[in-house]
Amino acid sequence: MSLHRITLKVNGSTEIVDVPGNWTLLQMLREKLALTGTKNGCASGECGACTVIMNGDAVNSCMVLAAECEGAEIITVEGLSKEGQLDALQKFMIETGGIQCGFCTPGVLLSAKALLMRNPNPSEYDIREALAGNLCRCTGYNRIITAVQKAAAVH
Amino acid sequence: MRNAHPGLPELDYVKPGSLEEASKFLAAHAGESRPFLGGTDCIVRIRDGAWKPKYLVDVKGLEGTTGISFDPAKGLTIGAAVPMNKVAAHPDVQKHYPLLVEACNWVASYQLRSRATIVGNVCNASPAGDTIGAAICLDGVLNVFGPDGYRKEPLTTFFFGPGKTALKPGDIATSIFFPLPPKESAGKYLKLGRNRLGDLAIVGVTAFAYKDASVASGYRFRIALASVGPTPIRPTAAEEILAKSIDESAVEAAAQAAMDSCTPIDDTRGTARYRKLMIRNLTRQAVSAVLAQLKK
Repeated sequence: MSLHRITLKVNGSTEIVDVPGNWTLLQMLREKLALTGTKNGCASGECGACTVIMNGDAVNSCMVLAAECEGAEIITVEGLSKEGQLDALQKFMIETGGIQCGFCTPGVLLSAKALLMRNPNPSEYDIREALAGNLCRCTGYNRIITAVQKAAAVH
Repeated sequence: MRNAHPGLPELDYVKPGSLEEASKFLAAHAGESRPFLGGTDCIVRIRDGAWKPKYLVDVKGLEGTTGISFDPAKGLTIGAAVPMNKVAAHPDVQKHYPLLVEACNWVASYQLRSRATIVGNVCNASPAGDTIGAAICLDGVLNVFGPDGYRKEPLTTFFFGPGKTALKPGDIATSIFFPLPPKESAGKYLKLGRNRLGDLAIVGVTAFAYKDASVASGYRFRIALASVGPTPIRPTAAEEILAKSIDESAVEAAAQAAMDSCTPIDDTRGTARYRKLMIRNLTRQAVSAVLAQLKK
């Protein structure tokens, strides 16, 4: 199978990658770029564990082909902290206890980040709607919602 | 059995430079290639083994597939590559086609709608497709580029069965056009899922109506039913009842007619009997909601 050479930006740095046509963005992030913060859950666009920000909007990286990402700008959970400082969302997820097993957390953070990028003052409904595609089997969601509300307040 | 490995079976990604090139490739590889838009259906079906294409032909960005344009004299054109979130956020769509916004917002989750497209939803022709009812009720017409050039495919004659449409090998739907909705019109999409957000439709009812003095009731309805037959269903008997009268008993009779027009199956999401009963209830609710909007 032929390889596709793509150039993209991941967390601000330019990457040049050769990928097979059947690879997903999720696979490329984890297996080529060693960014294993992005998780593989259902691999069918339902659980949201693989959510990353692509060109400013949240996407399920299991539903995007890597070869499509020519010129794309991707943000993963590894790109949220700046100079050793956690993003407000990360800080409040820890403080409020929005994390238990942690498997959904990277996806939740990126969905919430994309929400705050497009809507700095979200209502509780806006937050629930934005996170509807991120399944969490531990927290019961309330503490996650609180964390996003607190992050929005200081955003 | 679903394969939860993040990879896909052996296939290649093809990015043609023009519609002609894409159409030629798709025609030459009939049965083993598919046009590729948001991929939110396609990738799931490939992982499930339901589809086994050798080539995914990315048609996003080809001529006519990008952007949304609104002409106040003619109507709205949405490029095939435009994701649903962009449609739902567009001011002209919000102002003139609120039913389309409502339908888009019922699809799966936000991050899926960042990729999923209306044209993809229509062309994949799932009976459960959330935006298909709105597209039918708003008189949508697909612009298709095929081996013989451009043609139009009205949705009234587009659907033949699950995944089966009037599209042939080499055809690429480049955009969907919606004429201006009649003045004083309103629509409603009611979807029954297992939860409020993010599920597939167990059943869905789209109702759209406009004021029309030429019919006895003064209101002309268009109704589309989802997930209750091999294709989206237009219960014309229900529409005719509502053209005669919109009093409570007529709405009830129309809901019953909608229920009688559908032919659902039992599956993991619901039984045929439950679906029929829910079609009756949701049709009643959707028609009442549309009338309430129009009488405001």
